[in-house]
Amino acid sequence: MIGDIGLIALVLGFLLSVYAAAAAAYGGHTGRSALVESARNAVLGAFGMLTLAVLSLVYSLVTLDFSRAYVADVSSRAMSSFLRATALWGGQAGSILFWAWIMAGFVAIVSLRKWDRDRELMPWVIAVAMGTTTFYVGLSVFVSNPFAKLWLEQGANELTPAVFRPENAVPYVPEDGQGLNPLLRHFGMILHPPTTYVGFTGFVIPFAFAMAALITGKSSQDDWILTTRRWTLLAWVFLSIGLILGGRWAYDVLGWGGFWGWDPVENAMLMPWLTGTAFVHSVMIQEKRGMLKVWNMILIILTYALVIFGTFITRTGLVSSVHAFAKSALGPAFFLFIGVTFLASMGLLFRRLDTLRADHELQGLLSRETVFLLQNVLFLAITFAVFWGTVFPMISELFTGTRISVGPPYYQKVTGPLFAGLVLLMSMAPVFAWRRQSVQLLFRSLAPPFLFSLLAGGLWAYGHRQHPGSALALWLVSFAILAVIFEFWKGVQARMRALGESALVALSRLLARNRRRYGGYLVHLGVVMIGLAFAGDAFFKQETQGPLRQGESLNLAGYSLRYEGLRQYYGSDGREVLEATTSLYKDGRLIRQLMPRRDYFVVQQQPMTVPGVYSTLGEDVYVLLVGWEEIGLQSATFKMYINPLINWAWLGGALLVLGTVVAAWPSSGATASAGYALRATQRAAAMGQGD
Amino acid sequence: MRDKALLSLVTILASLLAAATVQAQGGTGYPTDDEVNRIAKQLYCPVCPNTPLDVCETKACQDWRAQIRDQLAQGWSEEQIIGYFVDQYGERVLAEPRRGGFTSLVWILPVLAVALGVTVALQVVRGWRQRAKSPLTAEEPVAELPPETLARLEQELRELR
Repeated sequence: MIGDIGLIALVLGFLLSVYAAAAAAYGGHTGRSALVESARNAVLGAFGMLTLAVLSLVYSLVTLDFSRAYVADVSSRAMSSFLRATALWGGQAGSILFWAWIMAGFVAIVSLRKWDRDRELMPWVIAVAMGTTTFYVGLSVFVSNPFAKLWLEQGANELTPAVFRPENAVPYVPEDGQGLNPLLRHFGMILHPPTTYVGFTGFVIPFAFAMAALITGKSSQDDWILTTRRWTLLAWVFLSIGLILGGRWAYDVLGWGGFWGWDPVENAMLMPWLTGTAFVHSVMIQEKRGMLKVWNMILIILTYALVIFGTFITRTGLVSSVHAFAKSALGPAFFLFIGVTFLASMGLLFRRLDTLRADHELQGLLSRETVFLLQNVLFLAITFAVFWGTVFPMISELFTGTRISVGPPYYQKVTGPLFAGLVLLMSMAPVFAWRRQSVQLLFRSLAPPFLFSLLAGGLWAYGHRQHPGSALALWLVSFAILAVIFEFWKGVQARMRALGESALVALSRLLARNRRRYGGYLVHLGVVMIGLAFAGDAFFKQETQGPLRQGESLNLAGYSLRYEGLRQYYGSDGREVLEATTSLYKDGRLIRQLMPRRDYFVVQQQPMTVPGVYSTLGEDVYVLLVGWEEIGLQSATFKMYINPLINWAWLGGALLVLGTVVAAWPSSGATASAGYALRATQRAAAMGQGD
Repeated sequence: MRDKALLSLVTILASLLAAATVQAQGGTGYPTDDEVNRIAKQLYCPVCPNTPLDVCETKACQDWRAQIRDQLAQGWSEEQIIGYFVDQYGERVLAEPRRGGFTSLVWILPVLAVALGVTVALQVVRGWRQRAKSPLTAEEPVAELPPETLARLEQELRELR
């Protein structure tokens, strides 16, 4: 019953989305504001209907309405109510509806908030964003309907999921559901899809504004960039959180001792993050200097295309992958949609190319503009390398018939140097001035962090002669960190001298008064910390494996792991647990007991390896139970990893979020308008100069 | 008693001899898990998508690792073992794509992309510079204020309002 209401709401939501997109486009084209207003109301209606659909699906999941195929697939009696509710995004049909719902919610917020300020852009923003929403709602209605029921056809030995009763079929209600894939029952994976979807859909808003600017020909003004700055940051930070949570999940659950495996689905998420990061930076040039306008358009179009491509890859299993939990016939629909939107937006860009001339010119080769341009090139090059590696197996199969693999060694070798280049630019770019940078000043600003980092790198190289590459990595990381710290120190010093503030007051006011700048620095610091974890992973990871009898030990890097015993028990949620007790010693001293496990989910026939981890800032000892004697449990095989610096990835992630919040938090009214007025005068002054 | 001692001696000698043969073949005796993993790491599981062989948990992969161990025990070299897997299951078992034939494209294109990107960027910068040099649009050079001073100015402006 409730499910039927959801189905009706979903269909109504689809019709309203179609109407909203069409009415907004037609209203915008003919200039009939009544029609646009009606489109906006349709957006709100569509969001309401989709909310109803989502709520009724959650209700069906929690109350275990197993007549629905989706519920039977991802929910089960053994799961807690909370887990049942999160199963909304635990499978394909639900996650597409969930995606569409978030998207519609964003469009609703935008159309309410920006209604008066961006009257001219609004019709097209609604048309583009609702067009995208319509695509997803359409998939949910026609291709992957979460409200489909299970039917048993006469003579068939398999169940058919369908919305309406097939001929000669009777409804079928299973006793219990399959339940959520056990691997997904982890805080990282419960939060990963929502954050990722907010990030993905969030980028649709700046894209919609960009397209609206191109369509209306207002692209010569930079309004769309100022209006969407916060949306872009929101999308970016949520995508970042999604990536970090995904990494944490892989580290805790997948049992291969790492947090990033260059899996196609990870890549699919990394690519829009890369172009999105380039965009976040590149719009600053347009905002401050009126340059790189075409470039920014291309970046947001690429980001949008990669966002759709990302869902395409994750949701269709085109690139087979450990993450491709759901496979289906969505492929052609996605392919068509990506192709059409990409070509259309690029075509639009070319038509309006003349409106995107730079307002200013460059005075010196050494300038922040040049550094930003180089940084853009690096981001795009990494994106291309990742894209190429991800799709190459398919291309190879298509042209030569041999399927090949492109594994982590490729990505490490190709993107490693490019990322290193980015970190180097990141350390120096904030010091560069717009327009022209005097070499002397540059030298003066960069010399202290440079010299200190050289010292740190040199000392490191001396201590770790066997890893020459690591010295380079450490020098880069310390240069980046010192450069940021030095910037803070300069700012604090200046305030202390000029205003007589104490160091702490000066630091907090510095942050409060220049939030974009210093928030950005905090983000940089977070990224460098994540880079530190990658460097540790690349240069100092150690592993060993061996069979142990009770009382025997495995030794690695000063640690000793003693096997104490193995026990078997049944968990409450249908898992068979095999848990080993081991004692971890360092230099003969007991540190703690580690309990690596192997869980086996009987119904889903899904094994899960849970590591025993001893975690410090310097390194993690990560122990896996990889084999055991079936009878007697006398001996077992363990794999032991030393994962250096891995905690810095999570800490860096937290700092990155904090920094973004500092940079993007809405200013209090007075400060905001003051800042706005100041920017306006600056721009006017700059234009006056330009003429 | 003496018979027993003799028998033990013979047994020990025989096993030493056997061990010596293995030693001669394998070089280092019975291969350890770490030696197996070092090779398995370079291979992808032939059946599970995108999973390196050293971490794959399926029964098939355990058998493949056992096979690597046997081959190592028989004295096969790393290249021989990897070559064997490629012959048996195709190029897709290689974690790192080859650098020859059609596959070399996967390596070459990113390098070309970087080169192209840098070239385009240089062109763009040159374009900016040339327009700057033409007298019509030349701007007055503006003295760069340090950020602290700018912040002061902003602050004072705000207080004026």
